[in-house]
Amino acid sequence: MSFSWTRVGAILHKELRDYRRNRFVIGTMAAMPVLFIILPMIQLFVANATGNTAHLNTRIGLSLLYMLVIPVTMPSVLSAYSVVGEREQGTLEPVLTTPIRREEFLIAKALAAFVPTLVIAYAVFGIFLAAAALFAHPVIASAIYAGTHVLVQLLFTPLLAGWAIWVGIAVSARSADVRAAQQLSMLGSLPPLIIVALMSLNVITVSTALAIGLAAALLAFDLLAWRVVAAMFDRERLVTGRRG
Amino acid sequence: MSGDPAVREGRDETGTARTGQAARRPPPAPAGPAAIEVSHLTKVFGERTAVSDVSFSVAGGEVFGFLGPNGAGKTTTVRTLGTLIAPSSGSAIVAGIPLSPKNGPAIRSRISMMPESPGLYLRLTVLENLQCFAGLYKLDDVRGRIDRTLGAVNLEDRARDQCGSLSKGLRQRVALARALLNDPAVLFLDEPTSGLDPVATREVHELIASLRERGVTIFLTTHRLEEAERLCHRVAILNTTLRVIGRPDELRKQLFRRSVDVRLRALLDDPKAVFGAVPEIIEGWEQTPSGYTLTVSDPDLAAPALARALVGAHADILSIAESHHSLEDVYLELIDEDVEAKSR
Repeated sequence: MSFSWTRVGAILHKELRDYRRNRFVIGTMAAMPVLFIILPMIQLFVANATGNTAHLNTRIGLSLLYMLVIPVTMPSVLSAYSVVGEREQGTLEPVLTTPIRREEFLIAKALAAFVPTLVIAYAVFGIFLAAAALFAHPVIASAIYAGTHVLVQLLFTPLLAGWAIWVGIAVSARSADVRAAQQLSMLGSLPPLIIVALMSLNVITVSTALAIGLAAALLAFDLLAWRVVAAMFDRERLVTGRRG
Repeated sequence: MSGDPAVREGRDETGTARTGQAARRPPPAPAGPAAIEVSHLTKVFGERTAVSDVSFSVAGGEVFGFLGPNGAGKTTTVRTLGTLIAPSSGSAIVAGIPLSPKNGPAIRSRISMMPESPGLYLRLTVLENLQCFAGLYKLDDVRGRIDRTLGAVNLEDRARDQCGSLSKGLRQRVALARALLNDPAVLFLDEPTSGLDPVATREVHELIASLRERGVTIFLTTHRLEEAERLCHRVAILNTTLRVIGRPDELRKQLFRRSVDVRLRALLDDPKAVFGAVPEIIEGWEQTPSGYTLTVSDPDLAAPALARALVGAHADILSIAESHHSLEDVYLELIDEDVEAKSR
């Protein structure tokens, strides 16, 4: 039996339906964009457009960094629940008794966290760019659009989300408690954000080549994380709590 | 069948239906090709052996009861046959496919398992739950299949209900519908009536009986003995090792000698003389509070002879009836043997 997108779609569809009816998930998904659009906007409008250029760049970098917290935290919470949550609800075993392959299950779970994260993170960034173009001082707007800020944001949003998702699923597959899984997952998803923070705050001066290089490195880590998580996914352990 | 000499294998005879019990009993087990063949299956978790050297086969269309106390290895066996966990040793063929990690998806596509907990997505409707599983089995004509399975469990009018709003019994029926979606060659039911009230239990029993009539092979684990006796063609009793396997009436015959209960208004003055008058029929006797229990070779022959002897002794007979040993008696006899063996 080969890999089936029908089975991936069945789980993905179910997950998205489940999110829509889960007040906690809806609340998180609604609150996070609001929170992470307000703070960057404040940074944007209090920045002194005629002041020090380095200081302005740091302000802009900080604004953009706020928005990169979305692809780290949101999928981290969702993916940390993905396996241990189903096990707690007793819904994991019936799914594992179907012909679904572990790769299909994992891809479906990852997409279920990835798709809403990407939609919300890019939407927030789009609103931010539009607000900057329409309402910010022209110097600030051009500083945002110039350089590598937009590129970094576009490249690192899915890659940070990917890392957070695989860390979250890995932790979830080994945890016995949802809350512990969410805390560990959050911690594990932070390291790549440090690199992005150093770029955003101009500690590392980012050229286009460096941004693409770092993104490629994070992509490689994401793919490696996927391989590790797939290898860790053990039906017997998930069902019995013991290694197979 | 079993290579374990401790296993008392039941014969394949059909037996004659007896009154009372017989009406509830399932028809003789089908003799078709095996749906499950298990050979010397063992599963060890660390230091603990969950299942040891278990061998049996289940015919296509048979309802096979798997009984045992908590921790006996029933669920481990089901999970192993359902490819959720790997055996430590031994082999099996499930739905015609050898058990191996490579064959896991192929086996799972031909079987269905209903775990003890229904495991439904409570925020989704009945229909959405079934649509999800239809996708996992890559089924054609999804809506038609869902309608048919909901019809089979009498839930057509609840398709749009959220599963979280259903009672425990209804959830169990949805789980059963889910398990039937892919027309499984073998249906594993793990404690399907656990925690249900008597009405819901009866409904699940009726559903299983209707599946039996349709020729679905069912592997039923339970520790409700009346459930097994009522629904199963054959039963196996497991307590880490397979203790016994066969039709419930055969197991009774194997474990208990046939006997007749005699109730009298007053005990006999000289029972030895009365019962000694028919030595070719009565093999032994013991006194009970209301009369006597006599071990006999054939109750049908013994009862009239006994009645004549008692009338001859001027005894006031209240009743003469064959002793009935339930499957529970068989079960307790075997489990008690195990407890005694362990305490030695």
